[in-house]
Amino acid sequence: MTARNPLTELDRPNSYIGRAVPRPNLTRLLRGRGQYVSDMTLPRMGHVVFVRSPYAHARILGIDTAEAEAMPGVIAVVTGKRLAEVCTPWVGVLSHLKGLKSAPQHAIAVDRACWQGEAVCAVVAETRALAEDAAERVFVNYEELEPVTDMVAALQPDATVIHPELGDNLAFERNLDAGEVDKAFAEADAVAEAEFVFGRHTGVTLEPRSIIGDWNPGEERLTVHQGTQAPHMMQNIIAKHLDLEEAQVRVICHDVGGSFGIKVHVYADEMATVALSKLLRRPVKFVADRIESFTTDIHARDHRCKGRIAVKADGTITAFAIDDMTAIGPYSMYPRTSAIEANQVVNLVGGPYTNMNYRARARVVFQNKNVTCQYRAVGHPIACSVTEGLVDLAARAIGMDPAEIRRKNLIPDDAYPTASASGLKFEALSHHASLDKLLKMMNYDALRAEQAELRKKGIHRGIGIASFIEVTNPSAAFYGVGGARISSQDGVAVRLDATGRIIVQTSITEQGQGSEAITAQVTAHALGVPMERVRVILGDTDNTPYGGGTWASRAAGIGGEAAWQAGKALKANILAVAASILQADAATLDVVNAIVVDKATGTERMPLEEVGRIAYFRPDTLPPGFQAELMTVRHFVPREYPFAFTNGIQASWLEVDTDTGFVTLLKHWCLEDCGTIINPQLVDEQIRGGVVQGIGPALYEHCRYDERGQLTNASMADYLVPMAAEMPDIEIGHVVSPTKESELGAKGAGEAGTAGAAAAVANAVNDALSPFDVTITEIPLTPEVILKALGKV
Amino acid sequence: MKASAFDYARPASVREALELLGRHGDAAKLIAGGQSLVPALNLRLLAPEILIDLGGLADLRGITVEGATVRIGAMTRHADLLGSPVIAEKLPLVAAAMPHIAHPAIRNRGTIGGNLAHADPASELPAVMQAIDAVIVVRDASGERRIAARDFFTGIYETALRDGEMIVAVEAPVAAKDERIFFHEFSRRSGDYAIVGLAARATGSGNALADLRLAYFSVGDKATLAERAAAVLGAGPVDATRLAAAQAALAEDLSPQDDQQASGSTRLHLSRVVLARAIAVLTGDASLAGRATA
Repeated sequence: MTARNPLTELDRPNSYIGRAVPRPNLTRLLRGRGQYVSDMTLPRMGHVVFVRSPYAHARILGIDTAEAEAMPGVIAVVTGKRLAEVCTPWVGVLSHLKGLKSAPQHAIAVDRACWQGEAVCAVVAETRALAEDAAERVFVNYEELEPVTDMVAALQPDATVIHPELGDNLAFERNLDAGEVDKAFAEADAVAEAEFVFGRHTGVTLEPRSIIGDWNPGEERLTVHQGTQAPHMMQNIIAKHLDLEEAQVRVICHDVGGSFGIKVHVYADEMATVALSKLLRRPVKFVADRIESFTTDIHARDHRCKGRIAVKADGTITAFAIDDMTAIGPYSMYPRTSAIEANQVVNLVGGPYTNMNYRARARVVFQNKNVTCQYRAVGHPIACSVTEGLVDLAARAIGMDPAEIRRKNLIPDDAYPTASASGLKFEALSHHASLDKLLKMMNYDALRAEQAELRKKGIHRGIGIASFIEVTNPSAAFYGVGGARISSQDGVAVRLDATGRIIVQTSITEQGQGSEAITAQVTAHALGVPMERVRVILGDTDNTPYGGGTWASRAAGIGGEAAWQAGKALKANILAVAASILQADAATLDVVNAIVVDKATGTERMPLEEVGRIAYFRPDTLPPGFQAELMTVRHFVPREYPFAFTNGIQASWLEVDTDTGFVTLLKHWCLEDCGTIINPQLVDEQIRGGVVQGIGPALYEHCRYDERGQLTNASMADYLVPMAAEMPDIEIGHVVSPTKESELGAKGAGEAGTAGAAAAVANAVNDALSPFDVTITEIPLTPEVILKALGKV
Repeated sequence: MKASAFDYARPASVREALELLGRHGDAAKLIAGGQSLVPALNLRLLAPEILIDLGGLADLRGITVEGATVRIGAMTRHADLLGSPVIAEKLPLVAAAMPHIAHPAIRNRGTIGGNLAHADPASELPAVMQAIDAVIVVRDASGERRIAARDFFTGIYETALRDGEMIVAVEAPVAAKDERIFFHEFSRRSGDYAIVGLAARATGSGNALADLRLAYFSVGDKATLAERAAAVLGAGPVDATRLAAAQAALAEDLSPQDDQQASGSTRLHLSRVVLARAIAVLTGDASLAGRATA
């Protein structure tokens, strides 16, 4: 653990940790030489198109495939019943989420469609266009059933039960009661409460979900090319449901055009695609089109959360209480389940603060809409918006400045290790250092003065602040303990080849965030070689160590540490080889710029290519009994803390046009602490992208369903993704508190931006509207929502 | 999202295009820039048997000035209009509207003729054409017809075009020397269809407006001239009282619909807000805008 200080020194050769070096894959991608699954064509490959239910809830009485089968280029038309013969259904539950229930879900619906967009039949043809032509000739006889769409109504005694065998529509409930909540509310000087409403939204990856299943009957092996975040998880699950051994399945993940959590789940249509390959004994490809993306990529949020806060006149927060409800669609998603987000909300509300009186209830409800599941910053935006919305309401109730009430209640920086009211363990956070730095960055007092001046002229600007904590570097506590075969450890293999080059194989994956870059940086740094010498291989279950992949802000913190340890071990082995050749003590040698040198003098002794040459081609010249080991493997998983929490604080400065309800974002700040920063540019851009993905649902993004469960805006024209023109400048700052769980000290940075952005924006809107005595706790904050709150329409 | 199969023809002349159109009738669709048609094809909302591509009709592309009239060929692209000094000088309201039409990639392909024939009620140009009193020139095998813009748009995606007719040009009077213009749209993101938009022009002196035309879009089934409101504001100096009366009159002029973005009542409210802002600009009396400015 004493190796930390040298890691931050950037003044020696091959010091890459802490440096904004360009990504090794950049040139390839910018030259259009990326390889995405959608680019791939295999011999004899069929294209599958799914006939999808137009109803939110309907019984399938019969499917007439005869006309479709006779269409040109059609290879096969396969119903759910037929496919069920080669692919078993699954149930998305985990044992540590006690009481969570769900129903068996098939790759293609067999008897009943439970959301608009669920696949009911597959058409495989020689081209996508021919398959679409034929899909129009599949005639499905439906009996429309009553759809359950409203989450509150879904729990009423007279509600249609979507899965009668489950008894009701309540998938999961969790209750938590810590400290003395009733007493705190009774003794409070002020109590504030509100119901916070969060719209459904989705991830909108630039590249849609895409997969090719390639069953080879000759070797009884299925090769799957998939845009996924977790190849080993997919290998396990595909094998399990297609009645194969894991060793019979290889998952290859090429370039991926964005994931954000969307591509870490098991999708029915993707399982159907690989099952079709096995059934038809040929490659089958599925690429979701944009409508399919909107109706079948997991959605997220869709929460209604009642919150209360108790506060003393001096600003001390004495209790939080929440009652959260979320609707997840007709099934709990497999295998990570759809109860995690609500569970996270319970865990995270009030998390930045010292208060220990906390009561929470979360209910997770089935309904006939697309399934929801983990998407970037799972649960965090809900928890943060509820917490920070309540804190602002409390501040207003006692007439205290929003920054001041936070200073009064944030966990002190010298209080660690400590735990939250919900039992989260914190190793070391920096709430106060972050708050101080944020206020300085945004020039808080001057901004308040400007706001007051403009208000006199009838211009309504607002400042919103949001503190947050973020779950990163998850251990087995996330999924493994619940029985999911999802690895929380990652492995990295590092090899010196005969020309002095370094090959790195890692189990983490790359979807555009820079996993490949940080792996190369850490390895090059550990070895003492220029980054150009390092080639990183990821995303192939046949050719990487076993591991979890990239999700939950874990690639740098967990995969990075494995790379660091593997690199260090290889360096020791290289020096052992060099020492035996040079008849020197390995402890007196070092590697600098890919050359073995005398540590004390820097004198060059032999380049790595010479070490490789001798080890591989002239091992006869090495001492008897000495075996060179120029490939090392190390694995890492955090053991002491279930999660490495990070923290941060965001602020938004915006203007509300009170005549039109339009919001103009003027500036956004994010101050965050992700521990050791491996690549500042990648971290800052992760934060910026995350902020934008947090602002999206605050102002724009919304999957709008009608009362019959029809998604009414499944297009890029109607689903409003945040665009550059509307985004403010986003200023990023850092406080660095490395985790002591690893030598690298890195925590995750992928979700911090998304965690707090919506809360900051909503608080800023309410701050702007404070002269009108209006509080809005619903997002997206559309012009109409604001005009209605102001009583103008 | 693949279009169903269709035949394709690329005529070399307007006459040939009209022949094809006459021969195939309802089975044919004319394709100009394709910015609305191609998505509709890919979504299989439309499945024509043949596409007649007007992209080769060079004589339909271009901007000319003939006396007091500007003539814009139907295949003139939005980007051409945006970059044209002639449009900037002679039809400043068109120039003001162009940056609001979608995004550069769409403006590079989309054409004025295609836009007007499509007649999207949320589109800018149908309103602008009415504000500037343009004439839509249409042709069929038997000859040309000239239709005033205000009579051209008849409903959602519906126009006065008859079977066998196509738009060949738009003609508009050169703006008056003392022309005052206003263009604004409320859209959630830049480039989106407007929730409410207004293209307005007038002449006059001081705060008295003459020949005021207020063309609203995205407030009903077609772009609409708010004639009652314009009449209220049309004679003598405009003051807050008359502005309020005009805002009230918009309830008669417009019949805004509910949709994803906003309810009809929000649209009516925004129509009144944008009217105040328009009149403030047209009269030069900022106090009429009813809002503060930083």
